[in-house]
Amino acid sequence: MTSRQLMHRSEAAVSIELETPGMTLNIGPQHPSTHGVLRLVAKISGERIDEIEPVIGYMHRGYEKLSEVRTYAQITALVNRIDWVSGFANEVPFILGVEKLMGVEVPERAQWIRLILTELARISSHLVFMSSFPLELGASTPLMHMLRDREHILELIEDVTGGRFHPNFNRVGGVKPVYGGGSKTKKQSMDLPAGFFKRTLKAMDLMEQSCRDIDTLVTGNEVVRARTIGIGVIPSDKALEYGLTGPNLRASGVAYDLRKVENYLPYDQIDFDVVSRTGGDSFDRYLVRVGEVRESIKIIRQAVDLIPAGPLQTKVPRVLKVPAGQVYSRAENPKGEFGYYIVSEGGKMPYRLKIRSTSFSNLSILPWILKGQLIPDLVAIMGSFDFVLGDVDR
Amino acid sequence: MNAWLELGITLVVILVVVLVSALVTIYVELKAGSHMQARIGPYYAGGRWGWAQPLADGAKFLQKEDLAPAKADGPVYRLAPYVVMMSAIGMFAVIPAGPDLVGVDLDLGVYFVLAISALATLGVLMAGWSSANKYSLIGGLRAAAQLIAYEIPLILAVVAVVIQAETMSLNGIVEAQMATLFTLGGMDIALPFILTGQIVGFGIFLVAAVAELSRIPFDMPIAESELTMGYLTEYSGIRFTMFFLGEYASIVGFSAVAATLFLGGYGAPFLPESLANIAGPFVLLAKVAVLVFVIIWIRFTWPRLREDQLQSLAWRWLIPIALVNVGVVATFKVVF
Amino acid sequence: MSRGIKFAIPGLLKGMGLTLRTMLKKAPVTMYPDVKEIPVPRARGVISLDAEACTACMLCARECPDWCIYIEGHKVEKAPSKPGGRVRTENILDRFDIDYGLCMYCGICVDVCPFDALFWSPEYEYSEMKIADLLHDQERLGEWLTTVPEPPALES
Repeated sequence: MTSRQLMHRSEAAVSIELETPGMTLNIGPQHPSTHGVLRLVAKISGERIDEIEPVIGYMHRGYEKLSEVRTYAQITALVNRIDWVSGFANEVPFILGVEKLMGVEVPERAQWIRLILTELARISSHLVFMSSFPLELGASTPLMHMLRDREHILELIEDVTGGRFHPNFNRVGGVKPVYGGGSKTKKQSMDLPAGFFKRTLKAMDLMEQSCRDIDTLVTGNEVVRARTIGIGVIPSDKALEYGLTGPNLRASGVAYDLRKVENYLPYDQIDFDVVSRTGGDSFDRYLVRVGEVRESIKIIRQAVDLIPAGPLQTKVPRVLKVPAGQVYSRAENPKGEFGYYIVSEGGKMPYRLKIRSTSFSNLSILPWILKGQLIPDLVAIMGSFDFVLGDVDR
Repeated sequence: MNAWLELGITLVVILVVVLVSALVTIYVELKAGSHMQARIGPYYAGGRWGWAQPLADGAKFLQKEDLAPAKADGPVYRLAPYVVMMSAIGMFAVIPAGPDLVGVDLDLGVYFVLAISALATLGVLMAGWSSANKYSLIGGLRAAAQLIAYEIPLILAVVAVVIQAETMSLNGIVEAQMATLFTLGGMDIALPFILTGQIVGFGIFLVAAVAELSRIPFDMPIAESELTMGYLTEYSGIRFTMFFLGEYASIVGFSAVAATLFLGGYGAPFLPESLANIAGPFVLLAKVAVLVFVIIWIRFTWPRLREDQLQSLAWRWLIPIALVNVGVVATFKVVF
Repeated sequence: MSRGIKFAIPGLLKGMGLTLRTMLKKAPVTMYPDVKEIPVPRARGVISLDAEACTACMLCARECPDWCIYIEGHKVEKAPSKPGGRVRTENILDRFDIDYGLCMYCGICVDVCPFDALFWSPEYEYSEMKIADLLHDQERLGEWLTTVPEPPALES
């Protein structure tokens, strides 16, 4: 801190002779490092950011309002488009909330399938992070390597659900891929396709290899370390104050994971660790995610062993009517806590759906953390937050 | 009249060499880079292996509108790409590809190469300043800061070579590396400078050259993820092509300079004197190809540093090491 | 600041080794127009229509989240099967269009169809130069029916 103060004093000494007014730099909405259409209005002096104001809403699609005129089944198809890199994980908390309101008991096997697919979505989302974060720092090769490896995960998800990004696999009372509801096709069981577990285990081996690759390419790279260690440090109290969740919070030393806290899926039967680090800088946020991929591999391997046989769906009425009431349902998404506040008045559609999207809450710390940083550090910090603009603007 | 004809031929040859080497470098970067990233890169252009992709890209750029921002400083904005291009062409004029295959055999060839290559940064600064764009401005100023930091270790590394070769003529430096060092079993052994005490200098030169070329890991003046395209942000069409070709020609140019200064230039061991003019260009080309590949390879592996980290690398590590290197080389020269 | 640079060599060189190894390996690329990727049987590529089975009940059109299914039908009176029986009415399908420019491939229509008239086909090559051409009519949707695969074998 002292060197910063010294620098400011020297700058002040210069400005006596030479008036140097600040410059306003408009970063975005079309800018390579804003992951889409985030706009940052930065007041800079030289390359140092004096003040920054994020402007969001360029991608507002109004999902909360849309949901008020959609049935619950239709909303399931909508919500996996909020954070498109982890579509399946977005469906889970919503469908859990509806099930809680209706008091539906979900069969064991369906819960385990949800668990496996959520973890697959987590791996795929973190692989996107592991590809985009080095790209912000200027390395383009991890991008291609990680997207190549993500393809194995997407193939698995497509195999089960029929969709690579938007599975729309959850039904109230269980899981089911879209397949006819008529007398002929209804009797067909839509269980996991044959050989799925074998392919999953094989893909997990490949994921371990890609974790080793990313360690070689990025973690061990001294340029990455020089760019990220000690950059954008968020102390744990600030992280809690600004409502960070997920890997961003755990990198600051708060080992808070809804998978351990709430047990919304049978996570209690699985032995896994919550990855957390204490540094709170960009590099730690990156390391937490790499560690979580390793944990997810562990979880999926155990789940493949533990998954019971049985039905996939409980009997629910064909026309879903949710009894009046309200519920807040949340889950640990790849990016953090993802919650839905569902208010029902007893109809086929919710009266109100509030979406607590992760990236929006995580981005609220931007003005604080970016103040006084350099422009190159801005991309190193923003990249480490792993936000998706669809998740911010909803 | 004869002198004019000779000058004309020299100019045409140099222009062709510059353009062809730039296009080939672009192609190699497209192709090698994509294979490093588990892709295959251009495939269909030209019928096989996409060899015509750089030409197709060039043709596309030529068709694009040549835009200039309304508030741009017109003449400076338009002149900047030519300055960059000129500096790249100028480098090729003095690099010897054989004892007689040299555009102009200057006595101060080393001096000329360093001076003309530094001019490219002037073009970059002009582009950044005149574009009337804040990203361009930051990019241009970063390039200028980079030049100041990196010209010094670059020159110091070359000074050590000049001391060892006792000449500033590029031809003379190559000949100094072809001079017999010792005789082993009846064979005259000549070694390039990299094996006779210039390995540190070579490393410094390579790092500084990459920084001067603003390639990853030192591509802060462009830095897509920070400054969109840095000083190139506002350029389009033919002027962008000039920058682009200039950049890649400079890669080849700097590699050729490094090959000449440290790797023995057109000379190769066991190459008879009589063949030097014929085989020389190919020997030089092979050495240049290796260096160009290393620069491309680095680009597709490493991320970029920060501007202040680059400055600290230059001032706190490279310049002291280079100074010590010059001192050591000079001491050896005097003692032995 | 320089602590990373001090020990710069190993990590940087290891990364370069990885890129070189990748370069020498064959790239995992499907040369698309020449070699076609085979989608999984459950892939949601395009919706096919069995017009025989459709009764124009409009369930799919109503359940579609972005209302991209257009159905028109009319009722005809059917003669009673035995003399003296009740006269029944039957829905006849006149028009069944799906606008793939709007469709978001959620599959709810296939899910809700009570008469097994809609099926997913994994075909994906139906891009058009004009967005209006993405409106597939009854005939076009019927052609997709031949590409519907058998449901895959299941994990026990």
